[in-house]
Amino acid sequence: MIKERMSGNEAVAYAMKQINPDVMPAFPITPSTELPQFVSSYIANGEMDTEFIPVESEHSAMSAAIGAEAAGARTMTATSSAGLALMWEMLYVAASNRLPIALALVNRALSGPLNINCEHSDSMGARDSGWIQIYAEDNQEAYDNFIQAYRIAEHKDVMLPIMICQDGFIISHGVQNIELLEDETVKKFVGEYEPAHYLLKKEEPMAVGPYAVSCYGMEAKRAQAQGMMNAKQVILDVALEYEKISGRKYGFYEGYCLEDAEYAIVAIGSVCGTTKDAIDALRAKGMKVGLLKVRVFRPFPGREFAEALKNCKAIAIMDRAESFSANGGPLAAELSAALFQAKSKAEVLKIMYGLNGRDFTVEDAEKLFDDLRDLAENGSQETEEYRYIGLRE
Amino acid sequence: MALSAKEINETTKWQDLTEGLQIYEPATSKDFITGEWRTSTPAVDWDKCKQCLLCVPYCPDSSIPVENGKRLDFDYDHCKGCGICEKACPFGAITFSEGMSTKEGR
Repeated sequence: MIKERMSGNEAVAYAMKQINPDVMPAFPITPSTELPQFVSSYIANGEMDTEFIPVESEHSAMSAAIGAEAAGARTMTATSSAGLALMWEMLYVAASNRLPIALALVNRALSGPLNINCEHSDSMGARDSGWIQIYAEDNQEAYDNFIQAYRIAEHKDVMLPIMICQDGFIISHGVQNIELLEDETVKKFVGEYEPAHYLLKKEEPMAVGPYAVSCYGMEAKRAQAQGMMNAKQVILDVALEYEKISGRKYGFYEGYCLEDAEYAIVAIGSVCGTTKDAIDALRAKGMKVGLLKVRVFRPFPGREFAEALKNCKAIAIMDRAESFSANGGPLAAELSAALFQAKSKAEVLKIMYGLNGRDFTVEDAEKLFDDLRDLAENGSQETEEYRYIGLRE
Repeated sequence: MALSAKEINETTKWQDLTEGLQIYEPATSKDFITGEWRTSTPAVDWDKCKQCLLCVPYCPDSSIPVENGKRLDFDYDHCKGCGICEKACPFGAITFSEGMSTKEGR
């Protein structure tokens, strides 16, 4: 084990170096630019032998990644915000052709207004593209998630691309302590990529992405959906194996003081660290508060989340992405549906926070827990479908 | 074990299809009778045809077979009736008629 101090981008680039995939097509965009930059330096210094492809756009980056992966090469790329939006068309092609590409996403707001700061609107926009999505609270988790990525994506029961997400600047550029695995440990854990079918296999000519008329297309979608369903078990199995080499435990979510919590916040990403501080302060005063930190958003473990929240009287579901649905954000929408299915009686507050990099403070979290208690004791006084936090009004 | 393209049809269940509908064998497009899409059909007047073979490279669907340096009749299973060969022929040897068949009744 190596003890270091690193930013999230440095940590993920270090994981990329240790995995040493075959191909990386990438195009720079803030705040993910450092990823291809660090990888290029590793290659120039002879520490990696990945084939780096400089491309003219993110659409080309994902297209080249699809070509490389279909050819049989383990492939990765990195992007943020508008870069992911420009990949849009090809994200669906990668997933439907069952190509286990790994994408390091550094979450940043989509325009407009033009803004480079943290928001989840980029990955949430791509939530239905068929990619697995795993999120991190800090640099350590971003590193750990990336090392687990190929084991999940390339599993024969899954064969889907995977997006490893970290919050732009807050994680990607914030330097924290980190524990890194030895190169050999990572290599052994990740293993070689040995696809059953690939374009460069000369004894088996094949076609990738053929046209499907309506009597085949629906069956193809159902088969693809099965890969995502199977990913749930594979994610848990890989996490168990990863715990053995790292000592760090992962699952669909992290529960923080959640077991006996009457009031819970559900959130994704770096805001969870802030929320934990508020929980520590409120627990010291005897208030039963907790956190459900979403790690896996695709596949969406709605049943498991609802089960973990079953004893809560009131739940705040926090979104860092405006859906402009007039009904709250994507996490609130999907988790509310899961709670309904599980016949939950909990009150739910749908919260919008942190847009365009707006801070969410410990005080914001403490106030939110107070509001949850008030909601549980006095019933809902809400006049709108969902509520903004940290907004001037 | 993945099914071959010939074994896959409109009754195949989703569980039995290949991942991403990939096809693990070559030249299966021959089995797809794209000639069914045709609304207008070419015919060769063999008296006018000089076997210059100019029509052959112009055909976008490789539907003019050549054997021993001479073109044969159209591959009607795959000719989509685009009409490019008619324009390419310097001798007016190729004519088109409406519908799936030629005037000769094919």
